[in-house]
Amino acid sequence: MSLRGKTVIAGIGHTKFGALPGRSTISMNVEACRKALADAGVEKGMVDALYVKYPTSAYESKYGQTLAEAMGLRPRIGGVWDQAGASNASMISFAAMAIEAGQCEIALVAASDNPKSGTRQAYEKVRNGDGVASYGWFGIAPGYAMIARRHMAQYGTTHEQLGAVAVVCRANGADNPNAQLRKAITLDEYLASRWIAEPLRRDDCCLVSDSGGAVVVMSARRAKELKVKAPVPILGFGQGQTSWEVAQRPDLTATEAVVSGKTAFKMAGLAPKDIDVAQIYDCFTITPILTLEDYGFCKKGEGGPFVASGAIARGGALPMNTSGGLLSETGMPGMQLVIEGVRQMRGEANLQVKGAETCIVSNQGGVMHTHSTLILGQRL
Amino acid sequence: MSIPEPEITPVNAPHWQGLREGRLMIQRCTKCGHHWMPAREDCPSCLHDGYEWVQASGRGRLVSWVVYHTAFNKAFAGRVPYSVAVVELEEGARAITNIVNWRDGLRADQPVELAIEEEDGVALARFRAV
Ligand SMILES: [Zn+2]
Repeated sequence: MSLRGKTVIAGIGHTKFGALPGRSTISMNVEACRKALADAGVEKGMVDALYVKYPTSAYESKYGQTLAEAMGLRPRIGGVWDQAGASNASMISFAAMAIEAGQCEIALVAASDNPKSGTRQAYEKVRNGDGVASYGWFGIAPGYAMIARRHMAQYGTTHEQLGAVAVVCRANGADNPNAQLRKAITLDEYLASRWIAEPLRRDDCCLVSDSGGAVVVMSARRAKELKVKAPVPILGFGQGQTSWEVAQRPDLTATEAVVSGKTAFKMAGLAPKDIDVAQIYDCFTITPILTLEDYGFCKKGEGGPFVASGAIARGGALPMNTSGGLLSETGMPGMQLVIEGVRQMRGEANLQVKGAETCIVSNQGGVMHTHSTLILGQRL
Repeated sequence: MSIPEPEITPVNAPHWQGLREGRLMIQRCTKCGHHWMPAREDCPSCLHDGYEWVQASGRGRLVSWVVYHTAFNKAFAGRVPYSVAVVELEEGARAITNIVNWRDGLRADQPVELAIEEEDGVALARFRAV
């Protein structure tokens, strides 16, 4: 039995994005949930599931229960999910499965973090059990740089092609009133941006943001009964995970978007040619290049020419990250891409792709360790 | 400021001891023959819990590399730019390392050979591109 279209995203909500000093992740999660419930037209008392991504900056045991308490919820199912940046799309798919399995009816899926104004202890801690810190191996950006360098060597990907991703996302963010960074860049400005970890520059790297985002998930049938105003059907979902750290991967350029996308496309009964708009996780510019290849929007190794061809820009064959993505809207890891996907499928996005009937959303985490895909359809 | 010292454990001690004595020691599964780095208790290929320490040939190939222009750790603030690389040993194990002659230019899949260096009292398994 296919789950195609059985569940919907009934409501979306988010905080402001940027520096939000003094805001706790609990308070931002509550704000996002309050707005998502209001958007769906659902009373808090009807919520019987709560899935939350743990705040990456600071680990807290039983964070899901702390958030449930802050909202006076008694979830039948849920908890904290950790696939890093893939968590949000995955939690939505777990909620969809739980709903179909009769474990709950209405789920809140939420995520918040405050790495800009709050603690960054998790990112700053040096663990050296395997000795790699003695060689100077730290940070997330260098992990992606290691993959980018291999992709350049293996397929001839260029700095200009990496830059094409930044130019598109920054242009879209510049037009988004809610975006944290509203400053478009030219390719020349990109190429003048300073190195962080070569081959990646500052403008290859996503923002650091305080933020919260949430969605309400329920069955399509329930949404109809409750007269939800703009339910967006989930046509397909899929996940994939590698066990390997970057150094250990047999092919550094191969990602779990392959299996994650294949699973989601199969459920949806769709192929890449059927997708009208894409929200692709862009923590670094190399990430969408790899993801678009592995989803099958172009051949493996041709992601660079694909993004530089204009295909992902406004008016292109596959407009991407229409609200600016992690590079320009907010560095929040993934939920904003789901929310923008929902807006596109409702026909109410800021940079609406006219007539768009399908949207693919990619979430991924770690250094391409985890991947999760959602395919959304036009509002019911 | 000194580089972070490796956390020596009973499991990984032979690796670091070997480097002090000029040898790159890695683990090999006594059941399936799989070689691996970094040190761990069980074979990640067949899950067997028996292994032996063997000396690697020191030959391998360069898989990829980056050049840090930003220090992600205070100890490296005075060392940028510096390079970190992934090397695949001919035994099959993969290592995070430094290429000592990276400033001469590198290419993917270039052959490399072991060039153990001591820094801040820590013997490190670095490599030279050849
Ligand atoms: Zn084995």
